[in-house]
Amino acid sequence: MSSADVVNSSLDIQSVSKTFGSNGDGLLALRDINLHIRPGEFTCVVGGSGCGKTTLLRIIAGLERAYSGSVTLGGNSISGPGLDRGIVFQEHRLLPWLTVEQNVGFGLSELPSAERRERVARYIDLVGLRGFEQAYPHQLSGGMAQRVAIARALVSHPKLLLLDEPFGALDALTRIRMQQELLRIWQAQRTTMIFVTHDIDEAIYLADRIVIMSPRPGTIKQIFQVEMPRPRDRAGLQLTELRKSIYREFFTEEDLPEDYEI
Amino acid sequence: MSTVQQNATIAQLSALRDKSAVLKRVAMRPFSSRLLGLIVPAIGVLLWEVLARTGFLQPNILPAPTVIAQTILELARSGELWKHTGITLWRITTGFLLGAFAGTLLGALTGYLSLARKLLDPLLQSLRNIPSMAWVPLFLLWLGIQESSKIGLISLGAFFPVYLNLSTAMSHVDPKLIEVGRVYRLSGIQMIRRVILPAALPEYIVGLRSGLGLAWMFVVAAEIMGASRGLGFLMIDGQMTGRASIILASVILFACLGKATDFLLETAGRSFLRYKTK
Repeated sequence: MSSADVVNSSLDIQSVSKTFGSNGDGLLALRDINLHIRPGEFTCVVGGSGCGKTTLLRIIAGLERAYSGSVTLGGNSISGPGLDRGIVFQEHRLLPWLTVEQNVGFGLSELPSAERRERVARYIDLVGLRGFEQAYPHQLSGGMAQRVAIARALVSHPKLLLLDEPFGALDALTRIRMQQELLRIWQAQRTTMIFVTHDIDEAIYLADRIVIMSPRPGTIKQIFQVEMPRPRDRAGLQLTELRKSIYREFFTEEDLPEDYEI
Repeated sequence: MSTVQQNATIAQLSALRDKSAVLKRVAMRPFSSRLLGLIVPAIGVLLWEVLARTGFLQPNILPAPTVIAQTILELARSGELWKHTGITLWRITTGFLLGAFAGTLLGALTGYLSLARKLLDPLLQSLRNIPSMAWVPLFLLWLGIQESSKIGLISLGAFFPVYLNLSTAMSHVDPKLIEVGRVYRLSGIQMIRRVILPAALPEYIVGLRSGLGLAWMFVVAAEIMGASRGLGFLMIDGQMTGRASIILASVILFACLGKATDFLLETAGRSFLRYKTK
């Protein structure tokens, strides 16, 4: 990637606010969000339900219109969905009538078929599903289906990968494995990642930067820089310290249990 | 072995297991359960034959199964059978195709455009409530006693299930899948072709099958109300001339043809929905 590309793919969110509903009794979902995301960065957005983290992600994806402020990717204002941004939802949202291969290639219909096949094969390989090209979604486990969804989102070479609690519906062990996988993919691809979650430990394990949001209205409360090298020790001292300070953002001192090691 | 590979192997194994379970189910059906289902009818037919032979059943009311089979054979030999089933099949085919075509068109329109749905659906829903036989005099008046009134009636029967199923299925496609289409910037036509229609297909096939079922019901009505050929006519003819074996032969022919056409449609449908059973 040349330095021009690096400049060109940074995401700029400037004083974004979003109201749902009519003017008078509308619900203010986001208020004055400012965030600059550097190319290649892994950002986690953490907050409880109703803090607007998914709304923010959907605005970046171009799925929510009618907000105030500006969102630009590589200098271009975002006005709708586009292949420069891949998205992975909480549910895998694979099309049940298509095979793994067809699902991954869903957005590539404009490519010549040889190139499409080659790229699809490469990304199926990247997410570790070689041998499952002809399987249908209902034959896959939750973790495997989510891998396919990640491959589908990455196959069009987006500048930005948006993930909306992608591992929220998986069991705890699969989730940990998927976090490791995602880091491996990120290190191989260097795609900018914005990962929305309500799981503080997940954010600490994954992110370069953790954006804490608070609800009613959704605002950015605090941003933590995570300077630890990967792979990170989930039970390590540094993570524990960081976890403490993040918990303090959510709970007052008397709410905090004596020992919140997990 | 890495965790990824391990994962893959486990999933592969469970996929294989699922597949073999499905195969086993399919394989078991013809041997055990289908055979079980034949026992009671076989005993019934045997009993019927014995009762008819021994004179407990009057031959002009309920002739023996072998007599009915003989009637069918005679009809076949004289050429009557082909004449009547031929015209009935032709009526069913044209009527069903016309009705299914109209149902598909209007179903897709109202299923995709909510304005079309608001404009047309209440009207079509209320027309659906008119009992089928109530249309007969009108169709005779409008289209005459010839083929067009019969085909019109049959296509009306096929229309409603096709319309209703397609329209409902298309308007109820999971909005989350629609959103996937939006992420990939599909145009309206592409969205219909690549997301909405495949998602609605299972219910559409159900609609086609029940439309075909109703088409068979309506062909009986149409041929009874006035025809000089066709299985329905054969039935009325048997009634007029007091030949119960002719009536029963037509009933059996209707059943067999109905089942056969439904089987064709089901098989065609299943090949489209392979992903569900694979």
